[in-house]
Amino acid sequence: MRHLLSSGDLTRDEATLILDTAAELARVSDRSVKKLPTLRGRTVVNLFYEDSTRTRTSFELAAKRLSADVINFSAKGSSVSKGESLKDTALTLQAMGADGVVIRHSASGAPHRLSHWVDGSVLNAGDGTHEHPTQALLDAFTMRSRMGRLEGLRVAVVGDITHSRVARSNVLLLTTLGAHVTLVAPPTLLPVSVHTWPCEVSYHLDDVLPKSDVAMMLRVQNERMHESYFPSVREYSRNYGLDAERLACMPPDAVVMHPGPMVRGVEVSAEVADSPRCTVTEQVANGVSVRMAVLYLLLGGS
Amino acid sequence: MRAHDNAKGGGGAPPPPAPEGYRTVLDGPEIDRALTRIAHEVLERTKGGRDVALLGIPSRGVPLARRLAERIERVEDLRVPVGSLDITMYRDDLRLAPARALGRTEIPDGGLDDHVVVLVDDVLFSGRTVRAALDALGDLGRPRAVQLAVLVDRGHRELPIRADYVGKNLPTSLREGVTVCLAENDGRDAVLLGPARDRARPGAERRPETEGAGS
Repeated sequence: MRHLLSSGDLTRDEATLILDTAAELARVSDRSVKKLPTLRGRTVVNLFYEDSTRTRTSFELAAKRLSADVINFSAKGSSVSKGESLKDTALTLQAMGADGVVIRHSASGAPHRLSHWVDGSVLNAGDGTHEHPTQALLDAFTMRSRMGRLEGLRVAVVGDITHSRVARSNVLLLTTLGAHVTLVAPPTLLPVSVHTWPCEVSYHLDDVLPKSDVAMMLRVQNERMHESYFPSVREYSRNYGLDAERLACMPPDAVVMHPGPMVRGVEVSAEVADSPRCTVTEQVANGVSVRMAVLYLLLGGS
Repeated sequence: MRAHDNAKGGGGAPPPPAPEGYRTVLDGPEIDRALTRIAHEVLERTKGGRDVALLGIPSRGVPLARRLAERIERVEDLRVPVGSLDITMYRDDLRLAPARALGRTEIPDGGLDDHVVVLVDDVLFSGRTVRAALDALGDLGRPRAVQLAVLVDRGHRELPIRADYVGKNLPTSLREGVTVCLAENDGRDAVLLGPARDRARPGAERRPETEGAGS
């Protein structure tokens, strides 16, 4: 493993190693000294072409807990706003000796291109509507610690699948790890190629929920929508939103997940969002551990 | 090979033969006796084992620490806290090999502050593992004192480190390798002396049986 570009690239053993490593590193967060010397002297560049709070701070904290030097680089207020291309920015970072580049970009495939230009490891922190592998890893980690297993787990991914990189990464990773994924969305919010994905598809949330151990609710990504995909937000929420009544139809130990940012009242009702079965804050905490594990496994060795 | 050698070599049963190319240095009963002696020495040196916490270094230090705790309890009727301390993230040779899988760090309830921490490992070799363990300890608390117990001291120190309790001093050549087998990990107890693994002899084929011998 040199780069982390797609969760589809991970074998079952590699993915399990990342989750096991994350489980050990999670204990570091409980200590008084929350720092390990492992990546001392290594430089990690956070290259963010798209707005992000959660992922960028999570990567930054993860790298700092491993004692790496972190450079935050956002497109706003850098040479990118003056017209510098991705390649030239990459070569600049290369010249500065970056050992790892964490990139978020609005164009699908940007991390893949970048991996050909730099010597260091490239970590995909979300590219367009393509993939977000560390999110899938932290989701898998959260499911494993809540449910105790991944093999045979039934996961419903609900909402805007077309514009979601989280959905694709999760389908690929969870399938590799032995879980069964069902995508639930109105036909307009499913990508054209969805029949080639290793999962099932349904248009009816109420049919799927009673048979699911995990409901992963996705945000409707208005910022990526250039046309109208459903009649009204209210109708979408009625058909595909998770409220207390629907949660009651799920198995008693089922959990509700959300990659954030969450829009209360649309995909998840406030009551469900505040219930102990909703794992949103747990996911954020696990995100740091999982990203520490990925940084360690990619940059820690020879 | 080990699958056939499940007999623990205790009582009157003959010890299982060492694998081809290896010589048995300590058999099961001898390991038992060494651990019993170390348990007594720990109690003596720490005035009855007050405030002692045993920390095993994975993988084979952990079962050794547990066995020492059992013996201390048998002798003095005193429950000493046992834990494990993984040193992978503190190693000084991380960049020389692909990233390693992590072991478990389990700090006993009550922490390490003001305790006499006894680090337990199977083989003391270069001393680098112990140096890493001391660094790791510094991030976990402030013990009153740190001591070191090892089953085998094979010499060849590369750092100014010595053990407080030694099961057996085993003068070795760098061309030799020490393998510790424990019932908990390998199905039987034995300390074997055989050809070195790749560490001391670069280019040599890696032998899975010798991976347990800590440095």
